[in-house]
Amino acid sequence: MNLSDLVFILPEISLLLTAVLIFALDLIDREGRRRESLPYIALAGLGVAALRLIPALNALAGEASGAHYVTGMLVVDSFAIFLKALAIMGVALVILIAIPYLRGRTPYPGEFYALLLIATLAICLAVGSANLMMVYLSMEFLSITSYVLAGYLREDKKSGEAAIKYFLYGSTASAIMLFGMSLLFGATGSLGLSDISAALSFAGPSELVWLTIPALILLLVGFGFKASLVPFHQWVPDTYEGAPTPITTFLSTVSKAAGFAILMRVFTMAMGWAQPQWVAILTAVAVLTMTIGNLAALRQTNIKRMLAYSSIAQAGYILIGVAAVLAAPDQTFTGYNGVLFYLFAYLFTNVGAFAVVTAIETVTGSAELESYAGLVRRAPWLAVLLFLFLISLAGIPPTGGFLGKFFVFGAAIQQQMWALVIIAAINSVVAAFYYLNVVRYMFFMPLPEDSTPIAVAAPLAGAILLAGAVTLLLGLIPGPVINWAGESAQSLLSFLR
Amino acid sequence: MNSALLTLITFAPLVGAILVLLPLGKWLGWSKEREEKLIKQGSIIYSLLPLGLSIALWFAYNKAGAGFQFEVNAPWIAVLNINYHLGVDGLSVPLVFLTTFLTALGIWYSSRAIKVRVREFFFLFFLLEMGMLGVFVSLDLVLFYVFWEIGLVPMYFLIGIWGQPKDRPQYSAIKFFLYTLAGSVFMLLAIIAIYLSSGTFDIVEAARLQPFAGNTLAASLAFWAFFIAFAIKVPSWPLHTWLPDAHTAAPTAGSVILAGVMLKLGAYGIIRIALPIFPETMKRYGLIIVILGVISIIYGALVSMAQWDLKRLIAYSSVSHMGYVLLGVGSAALAVGVADQVESSTMALNGAALTMFNHGISTGALFFLVGIIYERAHLRDLKMFGGLSGKTPYYYGLFAVTAFASLGLPGLAGFWGEFFVFRGAFDIVTFWAIVGVIGIILTAAYILWKMIQYMFLGPYDPTKIEHWTDPVTGVEEHAPMDVAPFEKITLWPLVFFMVLLGVLPAILLTFFNPTFLSLMSGFVGK
Repeated sequence: MNLSDLVFILPEISLLLTAVLIFALDLIDREGRRRESLPYIALAGLGVAALRLIPALNALAGEASGAHYVTGMLVVDSFAIFLKALAIMGVALVILIAIPYLRGRTPYPGEFYALLLIATLAICLAVGSANLMMVYLSMEFLSITSYVLAGYLREDKKSGEAAIKYFLYGSTASAIMLFGMSLLFGATGSLGLSDISAALSFAGPSELVWLTIPALILLLVGFGFKASLVPFHQWVPDTYEGAPTPITTFLSTVSKAAGFAILMRVFTMAMGWAQPQWVAILTAVAVLTMTIGNLAALRQTNIKRMLAYSSIAQAGYILIGVAAVLAAPDQTFTGYNGVLFYLFAYLFTNVGAFAVVTAIETVTGSAELESYAGLVRRAPWLAVLLFLFLISLAGIPPTGGFLGKFFVFGAAIQQQMWALVIIAAINSVVAAFYYLNVVRYMFFMPLPEDSTPIAVAAPLAGAILLAGAVTLLLGLIPGPVINWAGESAQSLLSFLR
Repeated sequence: MNSALLTLITFAPLVGAILVLLPLGKWLGWSKEREEKLIKQGSIIYSLLPLGLSIALWFAYNKAGAGFQFEVNAPWIAVLNINYHLGVDGLSVPLVFLTTFLTALGIWYSSRAIKVRVREFFFLFFLLEMGMLGVFVSLDLVLFYVFWEIGLVPMYFLIGIWGQPKDRPQYSAIKFFLYTLAGSVFMLLAIIAIYLSSGTFDIVEAARLQPFAGNTLAASLAFWAFFIAFAIKVPSWPLHTWLPDAHTAAPTAGSVILAGVMLKLGAYGIIRIALPIFPETMKRYGLIIVILGVISIIYGALVSMAQWDLKRLIAYSSVSHMGYVLLGVGSAALAVGVADQVESSTMALNGAALTMFNHGISTGALFFLVGIIYERAHLRDLKMFGGLSGKTPYYYGLFAVTAFASLGLPGLAGFWGEFFVFRGAFDIVTFWAIVGVIGIILTAAYILWKMIQYMFLGPYDPTKIEHWTDPVTGVEEHAPMDVAPFEKITLWPLVFFMVLLGVLPAILLTFFNPTFLSLMSGFVGK
C-alpha cells in the first residue's frame, strides 16, 4: 500500500472519521444539546464520502484493467463504486427516515447514526473485497453492526426478538459460509479471488475440483442469507417486523444489495469457470425465492411483514439477472446490468415504501393493513406516493421497477431460459394482487371515524418525496442510470470472457 | 404543428388531470361545493380541447396518403433503441376521435352523476383518456406497452371507488386488473423477444423486418403472447369472464369508456401489431381466431339472452359484438398473401374496424341509457320493469334507436360493420361465416325480447318500483320521469352518429379502406 492508493479508499476513510466524530460528540455532549444535529453530521459525512467516489472513479480511468487493487485485499472498480454510491444514497435516506422515528423511542440516537455509518463502511469494504478473508471479515462486520441496530429499541420486546433471530440465523449462515471458504482454500491454497480462479482453471480436472460444487453451495448460504434468498430467508419476516423501521429499510435494500454484490463478485471472479454449475443452482434458487416470497406475501395482514415477503420475492427477480448473465460484448441485456439497474430502482422504491410505513406508524402506532383504510382521505399524498412505490414493486410502468423487470426478463429471454421467465411472469401477476390489496385499503375502504390527519416530519417527507421522484424518473428518463449500470457491470463481466 | 399534433392530443388530457388536482378552492378560499362545481365545469370545457384536436386531426389527415402520418420519431431511451414514435393511419384516426368523443360525453354525464370524491374522478378520467389515446398513436412497442398499462390503472380505481357496493366493485376491479396484467406481462416478454430477434422496438420497422423468420416455434410463442393479451382485452371467449363483473360494477361513464374504447384496444392491437408483424404465423392460426370469434358471437348472444340484469346483458352483448371483429380479423389473417382474396380480406378488416367504431357508439349509448334508468330506479333487474313506453316515451325512443343500431338494423350504424365482416368472411371461411350469421338472429332475440319487451312493452305496474328518484332534483316520486335535458345532450350526439354512419358509412370507410387495402396487398408476393 502506498500513498497513491489513498484516493481509492478516501470514501471509506471519510465514513470512518465521521462515525468516530459522532461517537465522540455524543460522548462529550452529556446534556444532549447537540443531539439533534448528529444525524445531519452523519448526512454530511455520507455526502463527503459520495463526493470522494468521483475522484476514485476518475483515477480508475488510468488503470489498464479498469480495476485498482489496494494491497491485494480490496479492489476498486466501477462495479464496487456503483454499489458504494448506492449504499451511501440508501443510508442517507434511512437516516432521514430515522430522525422522526427515533424521537421518543430511544434516548440514545447518537450511536444509532454512528453505527449506520459503520455499517455503510462495512458494505463499502464488502463490495470491494478481492480476497475470501476480506469477504468474510467485511460481511461479519456488516452483520454484527446490523444485529445491534435491529435490537436497538431496548424497551421493545419485538426489537429484541428481531435481533436475536437475526443473530442466530446470521451466525449459523456465516459459519457455514466459512466452511465453504475453507474448502476452496484447501483445494487451491489461496484466498485471493483471482488466484482461486487461476488455480482451479489451470489445474484442470484435478482431484480436488469436485470440492468446488459443495463450496459453491456453502458460500451461497452466507450470501443468500444477506440477500434473503430462499431457503435462507426464515429470519426475514420476524426481523423486518420487529426491527426499528429505518433498520428494516436498511436491511431490505442496502444490506440486500451488498449480499448480491458479494455473490456476484465471488462467483464471477473466483468461480467463473464453474458458471454453468452456479447458473443452474441460482436458477433453481430464483424460482423458489420469488414463488415462496410471493405466495407467503399473499396471506399477510401486517404491511411490514408483507413488504418483508415482497422483498424476498424481489430478490428472486433480481437473481434472474445473475443467473442469466451473458458476457459477450455489445449486448443490451448482460444480466448484470439488469441486476444493478434493478437494485438501484428497488432501493429507492422500497425505501420509499418503508418511509411511508414509518410516517403512518409514527402517528397510528400500527403497521396493520386495517390502519391503512381510507388513507387517501387523511393523507392523500402519502397514499398516492405509496401507490407509486407499490406499482413500481409490481413492475407497472412508468416506474423504475418496470424497467428493472424489463432488464432482468430481457436477459433471461436472451438466454432462452423459458421456464424461468414464464414462472417469473406468473409471479409478477400474483404479486400485483397483494400490492393492490394495500391500494384497495388505502383508496376503496372508508375512513374510520375517529381518525386524525397524518402529519409528516420534514426529513421524512423529504425522504419520501425524493424516493418518489427517483422512482418515477427512473421510469421516464432512465437513460443515465442504464448507462451507468451497464458500464459498472462490464468490470465484472470481463472475468467471464 | 403537424408533428406536434399527436403529442398535443395525447398529453392534453394529462395537463387536464394536473389542472384538476390544483387546490384552487383552497387558494381562492372557496367552499367545497363551489370548488367541486368549478372542477366539473372546468373538466367539461377542458375535455373539448382533446376532442377539438382530434376533429382537427380527422380533417387534416390525408386519406389518400399512404403509410403513417403526423409522425414523430425521437429517441426516448437511446441505449435500448426505444423511441418516442407516434403516428396515425386510417385505423387510428377514427379511434382517436371515438376516444375523445366518448370521454367528453362521459365527463359531461359524470358532472351530474358523480357526487363523491369529485376531484379524484375527473383526475382519473383524464388520465384514462391519455392512456387510451397513447395506445392508439404509439408506433413503438415499449411506448405502446407503457400507455397500455397507464390506461389500466385509472379504470381500476374508477371501478373500485365509484362502483355500487352491491356489485362487489373491489372484487371486480382487481379481477379486471389481474386479467389484463396477466395478458400484458406475457406481451412484454414477446416485445423483448421481438427486440432480441430484430434489434428494434419499432412497430413499423418490426413489420418490415419480420422477426423470427424461419423460427416457427419462437414466432408462434411470441404471436400467442400478443394474441392472448389482446384477446383478454377484446374480450374473446373463454377469456371474457372479467368483463361482466367489471361492467356491472363500474360507474356509468366508466362502463361507457370500458365498452366504448377499452375493448377496442385489444382489437386495435391485433390489427396494428399481431397482423403486420406476424402475418404468416397469424395465417397459420387464423382458423382458431375465426372459431374463437364465432364462439364469442354465439356464446355472448346466448348468455345475454339469459341475463336479468340489464347491465350484465349489455356486457355480454359486447362479447358477442366483439366476436364479429375477431371473425373479420381472423378471416383477413387467413387470406394473407393470397392475391385473389385481397379484396375480401380488406372488406373483412373494414367490417371489423367499422364494428369497433359503431360498437363504441351504440354500446356507449346503451350504457348511458342504463345509467339513466338506474339513477331513477336504483336497480337494473329486467323483471322489475315493464310498460315504460307509456311513462317515458322520450327515453323509449332513444333506447329503441340505440337498440336497433346495436342489433344491426340497416340504415343504422351497426349494420355496416356486420355486413362487411360477413361479406369478407364468406369468401374466405364460408362455413364459419354461415355459423356466425346465427348470431345476428340471436342478437335480435335478446334485444327485442329481453330489453325492449321487458322494459317498455306490456302494462306498467306501479307497485313494482314505488320510488323513483328525479335525477335533477333528487326528489323521490311515484312515477318514472322522462329524460332530463342534460341526459338528452349526452345521447343526441350518439344517436346522430348512429344515423349518420348508417346512412353514410363511407365517412369511415374512406379512412379504413385505403389503409387495409395497402396492408393486405402488401402481404401478396412477399
